[in-house]
Amino acid sequence: MIGRGSIGGGGGFGRGRDSPSPSERYAAPVVFLLPATILIVLFFMLPVVTTIGLSMTDISTLTFRQPKWVGLENYRALLGDPSVGRIMVNTARYVVFTLLFNVGMGLMLALLSTSIPARYGNQFRAVWLLPRILPAVVYVLIWQGLTREAPFGLVSDVTGISRNWITAAPWSTIILANGLVGASFGMLIFTSAIRAIPQELFYASAVDGATTLQTMRRVVLPLLRWPILFVTAYQTLSLLTSFEYILLLTGGGPGFYTTTVWALHAYNLALSNYFGNVQFGLGAAMAAVLVVIGIVVSLLYLRVFNFRALVSEPKVEVN
Amino acid sequence: MPLLPPRWRLVLLLLLLLSLPIAAGLAWLLLTGAFDRVHGLLPVKPPDLRNWRFLWEAIGGRPPAIVPLVNSLIFASVVAAVELVVCSMAAYAISRMSFPGRRIYLGLVLVLHAFPAVSLIIAIFYILRLLGLFDTLAGVILVKASLELPLGIWLMKGFFDNLSWDMEMAALVDGMSRYRLFWKIAMPLVRPGLLALGTFALLSAWGEFILPFTLIVSGRSWTMAIYLQTFLGEAFTDFGMIAAVGLFYAMPVVALFLLGQRYLLNIYGGGVKG
Repeated sequence: MIGRGSIGGGGGFGRGRDSPSPSERYAAPVVFLLPATILIVLFFMLPVVTTIGLSMTDISTLTFRQPKWVGLENYRALLGDPSVGRIMVNTARYVVFTLLFNVGMGLMLALLSTSIPARYGNQFRAVWLLPRILPAVVYVLIWQGLTREAPFGLVSDVTGISRNWITAAPWSTIILANGLVGASFGMLIFTSAIRAIPQELFYASAVDGATTLQTMRRVVLPLLRWPILFVTAYQTLSLLTSFEYILLLTGGGPGFYTTTVWALHAYNLALSNYFGNVQFGLGAAMAAVLVVIGIVVSLLYLRVFNFRALVSEPKVEVN
Repeated sequence: MPLLPPRWRLVLLLLLLLSLPIAAGLAWLLLTGAFDRVHGLLPVKPPDLRNWRFLWEAIGGRPPAIVPLVNSLIFASVVAAVELVVCSMAAYAISRMSFPGRRIYLGLVLVLHAFPAVSLIIAIFYILRLLGLFDTLAGVILVKASLELPLGIWLMKGFFDNLSWDMEMAALVDGMSRYRLFWKIAMPLVRPGLLALGTFALLSAWGEFILPFTLIVSGRSWTMAIYLQTFLGEAFTDFGMIAAVGLFYAMPVVALFLLGQRYLLNIYGGGVKG
C-alpha cells in the first residue's frame, strides 16, 4: 500500500501489483534499523545503566573482579568530601564564563560578518571554524607554544611579562581556549538566523532614521531571542560534561584541584592511574550525576524546542 | 544587515583584529615546525629538517610514526564508512517507512543527539573490557561511530525527507525490492548528505583524543592523537619537533576542510561539541 499521506490521490496506484504480506511489511524497517539499534543499545543505553549500576559498587583496581554492592555509599562519600565543594565552584566558573564568551563572541562574529559582503563574511566564518576542526591535541600544542616564557612565547613577548601563562593564569587560558572553539557554534546559528530576517525590516528601520546600533538593538537582537536561548541551553549541557581541553591544558592543576571540574574529576577518579588505585565506583557516581542531568535536560530541550514539529509523520509512507 | 562601503571597511578591520589569535596560532605552528626555534613569531634559526626526524626514527621508546599514522587512517576511514552505512539505513527507514514505534525511535534519536555522550566514558571503558574489545582499534572504532549515530541519522533523515518520491514509487511499481531501491536509487540521490556526513566523520575521528586515550593502551594501537600527546607532557620539550608532528597530523585536516567546507557548514551549525 502506498501513500496514506501527501500523495493521497495516487494511493491506489501501487496496490494491485504486489501488496506485501504483514511479515514482509515489518521485515524491511527491522532490517534497516537493526545495525543502528544494536550500536545504540550497546553504547548508549547499556552505558547509562552501567554507570548507575557501577556507582553503587565499591569497584576499584583492587576489587575489579569481585565488586561489592554498597548502595548509596559512594554518593554519601561525595557529600562528605571537602574537595567536592571546590570542584563545584570550579565547574560553575568554567561553564558560566566560557558560555559568556561563546555567546558574546558568537553574536559579535555573526553580526559583523553578515554586515559586510558575503564573500568576505564567509571567509571569516571559515577561519573561525578552524579551531574546531583542528585535532584537540594540536590545538592545545599551539596554546602551549604561544604561552611559553620569553623569549619563546608570543604572549610573553606581547605583554612584556615573561611567564608560563598556562600556570600563571590557568583559568583565563582554559576559558579562552574553550571559547575560541565554542564561539563558532553560536556564530553559525546566529548567522543563519540573521539571514532569515526579511530585508524589509532593515529598509523600514532605515527609513525611520534608525542608526545601525539602534537597528541592532531594536530589530535584530529581539529576533535572535530563540537562537540565543538555544545556543545557551545547548552549550551549558555540553560544557558541563566536557573536560578534554582542561585535561590537556592543565590536567586539573596547577597545584591541588585548581582547575578541576566535575567531569574531569569523575574521569580522573575512575580512569586515571595518576592517583594509583583508581576508584571506579566513586568516579561512576560522579558521572552518574552528569548522566542523569544530561537525560533530564535533553528531554526538556525536546519539549521547549518544539518536538512535535520535528517528528511529524513522514511525507510518504509505504507499507 | 548590509552596510555602506566606508563602514564595512571598518567592520572588516574589526573582524581581522578579532581573528588575529587564530592566525597567530597557525603561523606559530607552521614557523616552529619549519625553523625549530621561534621567538614570538620570529624564526631565530635557519630551517631545520631535524624537526621531521620522527618520520624516519622512532623517538624515545615510542613506536615509529608510521604506526599511529596507519592506525589513524584506518580509524578515521572505518568510522566514517560505518557511520555512512548505518546512519543512512536507519534514516531511510525513519524517513520512508511506517512502522510501530517510529515516533518513539525518532524521539530517542533526538534526545541522544542532545545528550552529552562523553559522560558515559567510564561505563564504556567497563563494557569494552567485558566485550574483550578494550585496547583494540576495533573497539574504539565501534564506540566512536556509535556515539555519532544520532547526529548522522538526524542529518541523513533530513536529506531523505527532501527527496522527491516519484522515482522511488516508479521503481517500486516495477517490482524493485526496498533494499535494491535504497542502494541503487535513494543513496545516489542523497550524495550531498553523504559527502557532508562523510567529511564530518573523517575530521571528527581524525581529531578524536579522549576515546583512544582512554580505551587504548598499547603502542601498536596508538592513533596520531595519542602519539602527539605523549610529547606534550615531557620535561624538556623539543617544540620544533613537536610542532612538526602537529603540523604533519593537522595537514590532512586542513586539506579536507578546504575541500569539504561547503558541505560542512550545516553540520557544525547542528552542533557537536561545546
